[in-house]
Amino acid sequence: MPAPQQRRIIFAHIDEPGYTNDLPCYLKHGGYEVLKKAVTRPPQELIDEVKKSGLRGRGGAGFPCGVKWGLVDRKSGKPIYLIVNADESEPGTFKDRYIMHQDPHQLIEGTMISCFANNVKQAYIYIRGEMPHGARILEQALAEARAAGFVGQNICGTNYSCDIFVHRGAGAYICGEETGLIESLEGKRANPRIKPPYFPAVLGLYQCPTIVNNVETLCHVKYIVEHGGDAFTKIGTPNNTGTRIFCVSGHVQRPGYYEFEAGKITMGELLNEVCGGPLPGRKFKAVIPGGSSAKIMRFGERYKGKRKVGADMVDYDWGVEDVPMDFDSLGMIGTMGGSGGVIVMDDTVNMVEALANINAFYSHESCGQCTPCREGSLWMKKITTRMVHGEARTEDAALLKSVADQIPGRTICAFGEACSWPTQSFIAKFGDEFKGYAEAKKTAQPAAHELV
Amino acid sequence: MNLQPATLQKIDEVITHYPVKRSATLPLLHLIQEDIGYLPERTEEWVAAKLSLEPINVYEVITFYPMFRRKPIGRRHIKVCRTLSCALVGGYKTCAQFEQEFNTHRGEVSPDGEVTIDFVECLASCGTAPVVLIDDDLHEKVDCAKAKALSAKIKAEAGARKQESGIQNQTQH
Repeated sequence: MPAPQQRRIIFAHIDEPGYTNDLPCYLKHGGYEVLKKAVTRPPQELIDEVKKSGLRGRGGAGFPCGVKWGLVDRKSGKPIYLIVNADESEPGTFKDRYIMHQDPHQLIEGTMISCFANNVKQAYIYIRGEMPHGARILEQALAEARAAGFVGQNICGTNYSCDIFVHRGAGAYICGEETGLIESLEGKRANPRIKPPYFPAVLGLYQCPTIVNNVETLCHVKYIVEHGGDAFTKIGTPNNTGTRIFCVSGHVQRPGYYEFEAGKITMGELLNEVCGGPLPGRKFKAVIPGGSSAKIMRFGERYKGKRKVGADMVDYDWGVEDVPMDFDSLGMIGTMGGSGGVIVMDDTVNMVEALANINAFYSHESCGQCTPCREGSLWMKKITTRMVHGEARTEDAALLKSVADQIPGRTICAFGEACSWPTQSFIAKFGDEFKGYAEAKKTAQPAAHELV
Repeated sequence: MNLQPATLQKIDEVITHYPVKRSATLPLLHLIQEDIGYLPERTEEWVAAKLSLEPINVYEVITFYPMFRRKPIGRRHIKVCRTLSCALVGGYKTCAQFEQEFNTHRGEVSPDGEVTIDFVECLASCGTAPVVLIDDDLHEKVDCAKAKALSAKIKAEAGARKQESGIQNQTQH
């Protein structure tokens, strides 16, 4: 059976010949028409459409956007802020980059609609520091939109006003965590805040109610307001509505970004048909389905259990290739859809070395606030690096697991989980490779590519 | 602090973007670094005075974020992505190739002062790995051959610049 066709609603114009990132081109393609209509509707109606749509956040956690908006404290009398999370920092994720560089007005329109719906007085786009061109493109696009009355004072001739400014990060992964991002935007170290009490919806930026949404999520809002929440639920699968952009990297023939209806394509179809399968002469060994912190899947393993289909509970027995690409299915088999970053490894990869690479990342990026994470991520890095470059011991697998097991649930933010899941899942699924690494290393062929 | 008038103007403008001045800490540090090339001594005092903060408030920010640096670097900054997707398709070799081309080690200024090479974490362009950021420009699918070609271009530009300044010096004398 051939793989389903892509359905590009967010990436409709990405890589389209002749499509440019300026306002005239956007207007020619019907740009800002949705905003013009939106500002004539009662804001609550827009929020209800988003609630009805079932839209789940595309940054990683998959939290329902409408619920997030519903939690905003609207009685405090304080101004409400909206922050666009454009930090795109989870390794393996590269979708927002293309929206911001090639179609910035789509993001701005989605943001302004969301601001109007939530009576936001000021919005910021927090873009990662490593995208200087992206920041300039957004600033240019904002200037155009401001001059045309789509951003700033009296939007579309109404008495609603809201400005958007671009704020650049400076190379810290933790700024993708929403409370870390807020601290960073306040001009501080990006140390995440403890929840409770610091839920952004109540005590966010400057201790005011704040909404933090991912770039792609806000683009979906524009689509939902244009076509209605009901229409959106018809795309994708129940509880996993809309499209998802999969960012495929690593060992496939055609890495890249592909937009599909959520849950309508399986991992096997995505990797074998859409991405052209493994490189010549190679076999798939493992895949990380939702950014580097998601738990790894091993080709050949089976996932069994019961799942809800309509009103019935149905048995499932899946291989890696059979898993539908949506939040719930990936969650059910013990990993996550996360940010949509699919990292593929073939049979040339040694899993100890791959984990050493990931551990080096998380150790570098821990903010250092909580001891289990700061020390744990460092020790996991030290152990795996020693295994690769120094002496590897059979007991290292157990040692790594004991370190990883002591981090999650003991930290202020989810980084504790993010840094321990790779180690936990690599050891659980490739334990033999870790135990036998000392011996295997002595006779190993030189690695295809050095990983750490 | 010896900043260009255009930088000072941008600094005053960006402070107006925020209801609380402290929020302008990162933008100010970026602007100073873009102007001078790094954050010189007394940056924290200068920024703190500008934003009505204590120098320690600025210092702790400078030391937290990887992009801020306290020392001059080479004329061009080559940042090679080190993270998994790039490493899987040869990011380490790419970095080694640049080091060889400029006879230097990552984290150091090359002997001719032309480049500083750094390994950095994920640049969010994993589908076109291995990727390299040279100053503000992203280069995709940089294998060893492409690393060589990019290095040759940087060296040629450096040669042309030296020749030009040589001619200027001669005419001045």
